[in-house]
Amino acid sequence: MRYVVSLTIVLIALWLAVSGVYKPLLFVLGAGSVALVVWLSLRMEVVGVEHNPVLYSWRLPLYWAWLVGEVVKTNFHVAMLALTPSRIRPHIIDVPVPHRHAVAKVTYANSCTLTPGTVALHLTPETLTVHALDDRSADDLKTGAMAQRIAWLEGSERVDAQ
Amino acid sequence: MTAVLVIATMAIFATMALALIRALKGPTIYDRIVAVNVFGTKTVLVVALITYVTGHADLIDVALVYALINFIAIVAVLKLVKMRDLAKAGEGDITDG
Amino acid sequence: MAETVINVLSAIFLLAGGAFGILGGLGLLRFPDFYSRLHAAGVTETLCAVLIVLGLVLQSGFSLLTIKLLLILLFLLFTAPTATHALARAAMVDEVEPEVIAKQSSENRPAPGEPSSNI
Repeated sequence: MRYVVSLTIVLIALWLAVSGVYKPLLFVLGAGSVALVVWLSLRMEVVGVEHNPVLYSWRLPLYWAWLVGEVVKTNFHVAMLALTPSRIRPHIIDVPVPHRHAVAKVTYANSCTLTPGTVALHLTPETLTVHALDDRSADDLKTGAMAQRIAWLEGSERVDAQ
Repeated sequence: MTAVLVIATMAIFATMALALIRALKGPTIYDRIVAVNVFGTKTVLVVALITYVTGHADLIDVALVYALINFIAIVAVLKLVKMRDLAKAGEGDITDG
Repeated sequence: MAETVINVLSAIFLLAGGAFGILGGLGLLRFPDFYSRLHAAGVTETLCAVLIVLGLVLQSGFSLLTIKLLLILLFLLFTAPTATHALARAAMVDEVEPEVIAKQSSENRPAPGEPSSNI
């Protein structure tokens, strides 16, 4: 039930943010759309702990700030490689996934893909297969800094084990 | 300031041209889809830039909707290429989790 | 005064965003195989988009337009890795061989430019 409530609140906020026209008729239409989307989500069975938009509490913005820093750093690196394509040494590596929850594992794989230089090819519960553009990108991932940050992010999670 | 906006728009157009060349050259179908994906993302940015160049604030909604449609279109095309059918599931399906 | 600083900052962001876009496009054109091109596409989808959107946000201050721009950025940053992963996964299932240096044997690597069976 609390996931239905949080989804509804997020959808209402989203509707208010993109609408910009506040008249009675449009409020009715907005409420109708929110109700429709919530009903469809329930019917698709995607309302639950894994799809909760407010899962990670206050630690999420801090993680995003760190991630943006990483993205900027790796972008410069890959942009330099684009100027000298002969310097790339693509290879495929496996890195361990130490996290407990599926959301954390997927966050890890997606963060890894978001930083240029590494693309997640395949994710299993224990390992993540990554295509790295060169040694530096691979080494960045192998140090496990990103995995540690996500473990920290996961630590705040008070989800009932399902 | 308009000059800067126009220069940025031109730079994005150049990127779109490069992506189009890659889409035409291939060689695999996936190279083409990557190029089209880049083209779509750049379209969103160009529409956002044009919003500021022309001052028509309503245009930003077009960019917002395009950002969403672009993603769905890429996944749909990918599935269609792989499965030859949008409703079918099976071996090698990208939506099988 | 503050206005000028914001304008200069915004101009820097926009021009840098355009530059990263072109660099990513160049990488897309020059990298040798499909998987490395994904990285180049990543450049245009992350930093280029972030810089352009931030540059535009600085110009409009706090308004409904800003919220919409930030929403666009959020959507782009959430969908870009998902689309990239879907592409990589599809290519892997379809046995598009990556040109790798470490791991794996190199004898069944396709020659550069050789079309895959899927065309």
